[in-house]
Amino acid sequence: MDNAIEVRQISKSYGKVVALENVDLNVRRGSVMGLLGPNGAGKTTLVRILTTLLRPSSGSATVLGYDVVRHARHLRSYIGLAGQSAAVDDLLTGRENIHMAGRLYHMPKREVQKRAQDLLEQFDLVEAADRSVKGYSGGMRRRLDLAASLVANPPMIFLDEPTTGLDPRSRLELWDVIRNLVSEGTTVLLTTQYLEEADQLADEITVIDLGKVIAQGTADELKHQAGSEFIEVTVRDAEETRRAAGVLSNFAENNECDINEEDNIASIMVEDGAPLMVQIVRSLDAEDIAVANMAVRQPTLDDVFLALTGRTAEEAATESEQDQD
Amino acid sequence: MNLHTANEWRPQTVPPSTPVREAIGSVIYEFRWLAADTAMMAWRNLMHYRRNPETLMSTIAGPVMFLFLFNYVFGGAIGAGRDFNYIDYLVPGVLIQNNLFTVMNTGIGIASDLQKGFVDRYRSLPMARSAVLGGRVCATSLISFVSVYWTLAIAMLFGMRFHGDLLPVLLMPLVVGVFCFGVAWLSALVGVTVRNAETASASTFFITIPLTFLSSTFVPVETMPGWLQAFAEVNPITHVVNLCRNMAQGGPLESYAWITAFWIALLIIGVGTLATWSYRRIS
Repeated sequence: MDNAIEVRQISKSYGKVVALENVDLNVRRGSVMGLLGPNGAGKTTLVRILTTLLRPSSGSATVLGYDVVRHARHLRSYIGLAGQSAAVDDLLTGRENIHMAGRLYHMPKREVQKRAQDLLEQFDLVEAADRSVKGYSGGMRRRLDLAASLVANPPMIFLDEPTTGLDPRSRLELWDVIRNLVSEGTTVLLTTQYLEEADQLADEITVIDLGKVIAQGTADELKHQAGSEFIEVTVRDAEETRRAAGVLSNFAENNECDINEEDNIASIMVEDGAPLMVQIVRSLDAEDIAVANMAVRQPTLDDVFLALTGRTAEEAATESEQDQD
Repeated sequence: MNLHTANEWRPQTVPPSTPVREAIGSVIYEFRWLAADTAMMAWRNLMHYRRNPETLMSTIAGPVMFLFLFNYVFGGAIGAGRDFNYIDYLVPGVLIQNNLFTVMNTGIGIASDLQKGFVDRYRSLPMARSAVLGGRVCATSLISFVSVYWTLAIAMLFGMRFHGDLLPVLLMPLVVGVFCFGVAWLSALVGVTVRNAETASASTFFITIPLTFLSSTFVPVETMPGWLQAFAEVNPITHVVNLCRNMAQGGPLESYAWITAFWIALLIIGVGTLATWSYRRIS
């Protein structure tokens, strides 16, 4: 049993609205799976099915070998969930929140106390431990929420958009926490709208759009799927940029050159950038164009999303927000 | 139960369906956890009262206000020409009304938990699902039960005296407590159904005010017009209040007791089951 999660043809619909359609997913034990997609893509629905909060309309799924419908009660002892809305109780202290979660996992009292102290230290919450959560910052609440979901040492943890709405510093802190988890052997499934987050944390990425899996693989594989590399040439002014673009388009895979007029950058898509560099420099030199900077750029996950869906992640998010309105 | 660290984890076999003897054991096991989880959730809610004592304001100030208002402002008019002391008549009514207000907070709390996505966390835990409702119901019921004695203390300062036999007098707070425990389940059902704290709060008002005023809480039913009397006569509040009144002041109990027992059973078993069932269905 190498897979912590096996999802077979899961669909979920609400009346006529299809939230998930024939989703397949395998997550290896001890790995981090990033579920990437815009708002409303169906990520949260999938997490809710896998954490037994929601029954699928059809298909089946097992987590740690337990069927999410038939063995829901047993499964709940072995999973942790940290949701979007930091489910911590404002009027209790940080320690009390962790304690309560531990007791509801049916852990012995003494073990919970010890574990709570460990977690508070690990998540840098010791100082605030005995203050009520009302006064916590957004980052602290997320860390506490995560700590509470880890109290029973679950071998499988679900993080639903763990860093949405956090400032950059808190996000980096939370990333460290998640990396530590993984190094201890916990399997993690995390959903995110941030391509960078998936790239940073996930061993494998599943891209979901409109309730369907549209791509699966490592970050590198996905980038490769977007096809190609980019060569970016920076020159001195707008006029030279246009001339450079004329030269560069001859080298481009699709005979097209993108121009960024603000920064005087001309860029093209190519199969393999490095061997072309010398030729490009020579051709530009022949046209008397001085090159300020030249680089081969790997595609980012943003490029991947664009290539897969024909729209950027931001556009997709805006669309689905409009759908919801 | 076993807790595994990540590295020790190995797939577990799900226990096969159990023969009868083991089933009895598992019922006891389940019940133990249900009790423990309910206690935990009740603790959480009692902590809320402790951290936010102002939420107890209406429970504490309510009886003082109502006893003062009805005894001194309306009391003269209502009690005039009758053979009883109005404060003695009034107290059981105020007791029931104030406790209804207190336990009606149950649904508001549950609705606000549902609103905040708090319940998702609970539902992903191996805890007994009904403990989320049960914990709140127990916490508000406990608060309401304790407040009975507070109200009685204030009432005695205002001149109320017991004239009933010792046993019924001692049991009267218990009747109030158990009845309000039942009403707390009704409130829980409201909370689960509306899932919005403001709506729950408003519905509470529209349930409590008519039920308490259109009954024998403040005035004898005979003084109402016939059509209203008809309603007041079937209003469960009339029966509970009359039962408590006769327990405190002496008087026939039996007919009121049976009807009150019926309503308590209906609330706890019927409404309680319905509330739990609705909560389980939420997805």
